[in-house]
Amino acid sequence: MEDWREDQELLVMDGRIRVPYRWAAGEVGTRYLEALRDESKFLGTRCPECGIVYHIPRRNCPDCLGECSEWVELESRGTLETYTVVRRHHPQLSPLPTPFAYGIIKLEGADTGFLHLIYEFEDGELTGGLQVEAVFAEDRDANVLDVSYFRPVKGVG
Amino acid sequence: MEPVAIVGVGMTEVKRERRADIFADLVFEATTRALDDAGITIDQVDNVITVSNDFFDGRTISSMAIQDACGSFDKNVSTVEGDGTFGALYGMIRILSGSYGTTLVCAHQKGSESEVQLITNAMFDPVYERVLGIDAITSSALQARAYMDGYGITEEQCALVSVKNHGNAFKNPYAQLPLKLSVDDVMSSPYMAEPIKVLDCSPVSDGACAVILASAERAGGVTSKPVWIRGVGHCSDAFHLGDRDLAGVDALREAARTAYSMAGISDPVNEIDLVELYDAFSYMEPMWLEGLGFCQRGEGGKLTEFGKTAMDGELPVNASGGCLAANPVLVAGLNRVIECALQIRGDAGEHQIDGVDIALAHGINGPCGQSNCVWILGGER
Repeated sequence: MEDWREDQELLVMDGRIRVPYRWAAGEVGTRYLEALRDESKFLGTRCPECGIVYHIPRRNCPDCLGECSEWVELESRGTLETYTVVRRHHPQLSPLPTPFAYGIIKLEGADTGFLHLIYEFEDGELTGGLQVEAVFAEDRDANVLDVSYFRPVKGVG
Repeated sequence: MEPVAIVGVGMTEVKRERRADIFADLVFEATTRALDDAGITIDQVDNVITVSNDFFDGRTISSMAIQDACGSFDKNVSTVEGDGTFGALYGMIRILSGSYGTTLVCAHQKGSESEVQLITNAMFDPVYERVLGIDAITSSALQARAYMDGYGITEEQCALVSVKNHGNAFKNPYAQLPLKLSVDDVMSSPYMAEPIKVLDCSPVSDGACAVILASAERAGGVTSKPVWIRGVGHCSDAFHLGDRDLAGVDALREAARTAYSMAGISDPVNEIDLVELYDAFSYMEPMWLEGLGFCQRGEGGKLTEFGKTAMDGELPVNASGGCLAANPVLVAGLNRVIECALQIRGDAGEHQIDGVDIALAHGINGPCGQSNCVWILGGER
């Protein structure tokens, strides 16, 4: 096969898989996302056995597998545990103009961190331990982007 | 544990794009090389494990499309969706079940055929995380920052890993990306997501590989150079990044503890001659070395700085060039196992290290090394 391959452009078949999905938010996720949308509130769930407050909320505790039967209202501010500033814009993935950041944020009242966006920060301002606060979107439809992003709390630490 | 041996290995050359080869061609190439290496025919393979990922392949039940190519037609076959080290683990367990004397494990990947950032975005939770646009690079950057801040590792130390591994790749004809780099080259390459720069990242790759495992009874009749599985350990961490201590390497420590215990290793620094680990990003090499117990937490960067992990150092790490020089996802972990086997046999070629008796291979699965698989291999049973 070598002889013809020399001057032959090898073919590729372009394609795109388009499959609609409908991922259930579940009972727990629905209550959480509706509280974000309707009340601008973050809710976690607490495991009465371990005492751990999970945010994002779970129905069951990953530690003891018991039921996280208690809802806990959390503050809409918390501590930035780790972060990364993104400077290369990805046309399909980047949800904000660059530079923006991803952060793992532990909200006040929660024992676990969660992933969200960080914006409205100065160059070099982000550090582990920084206090950040949620900026809620004006138009909301019960998804995690009802919080547009988190930003550093001004005049704090 | 009953002894199980690696009796045959086969790798394809890894390239950015292998357009002349469809998935099955790559699998066929790896399979026939492993059979030739073992000196057996497909008739002597009792069962087959394939390793693939449907999202990467862009097809439902991707394992089924390559069954002919790995000779599993009319055989008992099962499938692993995850890193190839876990495929080999399953293959080993099948031999230990007593039902099979030999297992062929093959893995394939064509990163060139899709968009790796979109594929890796899809490993995150569709309700809470995916819409934020997080992917393998940005999530790993969160881990890299946690590691650097938490343990005092510098970007320069990570850059040294990239310099070392890309340099080692010049001696490995299977590697994709040998590069002569300086620390400055790495440091001045553009940020993908801080603190990870372009030259801290493994490349997008096409490739396949296969190994043939055998029980002690069958190994004797197959090869004169069996490599024995002395210990295996595996452990998983939590899925959600916020639930984990991202720089904590808890799952790796547990996997290593199990593997060392099985292999009777109490002093890894002095008992292990060579390491091939999953360096998808440069920061991972020192972090995994710490998790594997080769140094204290926070000391991983110094191992590279002081040349200990160089090809002529006390503990050569990724003499093959590692994943930084060739990263066909899923295949890459199994390639670590194959590299260790070749080193123990003395068949690694130009990057052969003298006197490798005990080697450690490491694979990861899931975001930020959620799950870890550690292999201890040796020339003696």
